[in-house]
Amino acid sequence: MGYRSSVEILTEWDIVAARQLGRNEAKEVGFGTVDQARITTAISELARNIYLYAGKGKIEIERISEGGKNGITIIASDNGPGIPDVRKVMEDGFSTSGGLGAGMPGVKRLMDNFKLETTVGEGTVIKATKWIR
Amino acid sequence: MPQEIERQYKEILKQYVLQQTEQNLYAGQNFSRQLIRKNIAPDEVISIHKATLEEMFPELPMNVWNSFDLLIEMMIRYGLAHAEHQSLIQKQEELKVEMDLAAKVQKTLLKTTIPVVEGLDIGLISVPARKMNGDYIYFLSDNASNAGVAVADVIGKGIPAALCMSMIKYGMDSLHDAATDPKEILDVINRIVEKSVNDDMFISMFYGSYNVESSNFAYATAGHEPALFYNAKKDEFSELHAKGLLLGVVANVSYEQHVVKMETGDFIVMMTDGVTECRTEEGFVDPEFILSLIQSLRDEPAQTMVDTVFKELEQMQDFALRDDFTLVIFKKTS
Repeated sequence: MGYRSSVEILTEWDIVAARQLGRNEAKEVGFGTVDQARITTAISELARNIYLYAGKGKIEIERISEGGKNGITIIASDNGPGIPDVRKVMEDGFSTSGGLGAGMPGVKRLMDNFKLETTVGEGTVIKATKWIR
Repeated sequence: MPQEIERQYKEILKQYVLQQTEQNLYAGQNFSRQLIRKNIAPDEVISIHKATLEEMFPELPMNVWNSFDLLIEMMIRYGLAHAEHQSLIQKQEELKVEMDLAAKVQKTLLKTTIPVVEGLDIGLISVPARKMNGDYIYFLSDNASNAGVAVADVIGKGIPAALCMSMIKYGMDSLHDAATDPKEILDVINRIVEKSVNDDMFISMFYGSYNVESSNFAYATAGHEPALFYNAKKDEFSELHAKGLLLGVVANVSYEQHVVKMETGDFIVMMTDGVTECRTEEGFVDPEFILSLIQSLRDEPAQTMVDTVFKELEQMQDFALRDDFTLVIFKKTS
């Protein structure tokens, strides 16, 4: 496992802190401006979901490397209510129509790899990875 | 990001900075079309723009470069919205293909053959407003003495209506005797529909049956549009009314049955409300107009009559049907 740093999400201001952490890490790992902005947007989205739906949780940023490639994994975890219908939140048009923003499909598009684990009543863990091209 | 795109953009930008002509702007716009086709997000375009500028004008102040970072950040969501839009369009395409297939299946499923009995000329047209038809025609005939027709209309259009239709079809398939009384046929179908349809689905149905030996046309209706009877001798129309509840409302309904005797030249027009409720921009088409249109066609073959009525009404509605359109004519020729 690579180097990990994290931000607790409790208030809306923590979203900004998580973004800052993500951007610094992305910059240091070597991502370009556009990808930095994409990673940050994904973090924003994930942190916002924690803030809005779980109340509190954690954003972790892990530096990773594999076969000479470097990248970043965002891990968003909470002990909130969980997502009862995952297919629905992964559907295009679901979150935007509700005015929530880019939502999960957006995060999936911004990153290279996306994994969601959720149990109703226990919480949600989302891992999203992006590699330097 | 392919290097080639960056190179091309640089060229276009250089040209424009050198000479602010409409032609150079047009080149830029054409290029953007290519970028969209290649799914290049707006944030990437700005990033290319920034990189190109850095090469062309490295002496620009730092705050100009910084401002681009804000712009890139802002454009990320536009890019996402665009990608989502693309994926929704693709989904819609897939749905369209599926609908086309479903319509084909429905067409095959609901196929019915126009009966051939002595002295009776039959014309039929049934055109859906959308892809799936909520009107249904079923002929029940022994091709000798009896020619019966069921005209049904599900209140509603599209897929739910079409699914409902297949149930009626299987109900009708279970009836084999073309000499069965219309009221009994409605009774059987009513019980099937009552058992298998939601309370918010209503189906109206008319059943009429012509007997060659007696020249009688017997009919019963379940809340359907009255059929029209044209009396050739008097040269006038009358409506064939009968009492009867819509299908599927309650299990036990006894339907009324009536009989008219047909003489040569007489004909019966059965239809759905897509015919009687034709609308133009000025409002409903006058029923008298439809009657006189049919009347003027009285000497034509039954198929020509229904085809012509449809063509006329379609034209009046600017070729946009608001409801499924079904018209059947039974005409006594001898």
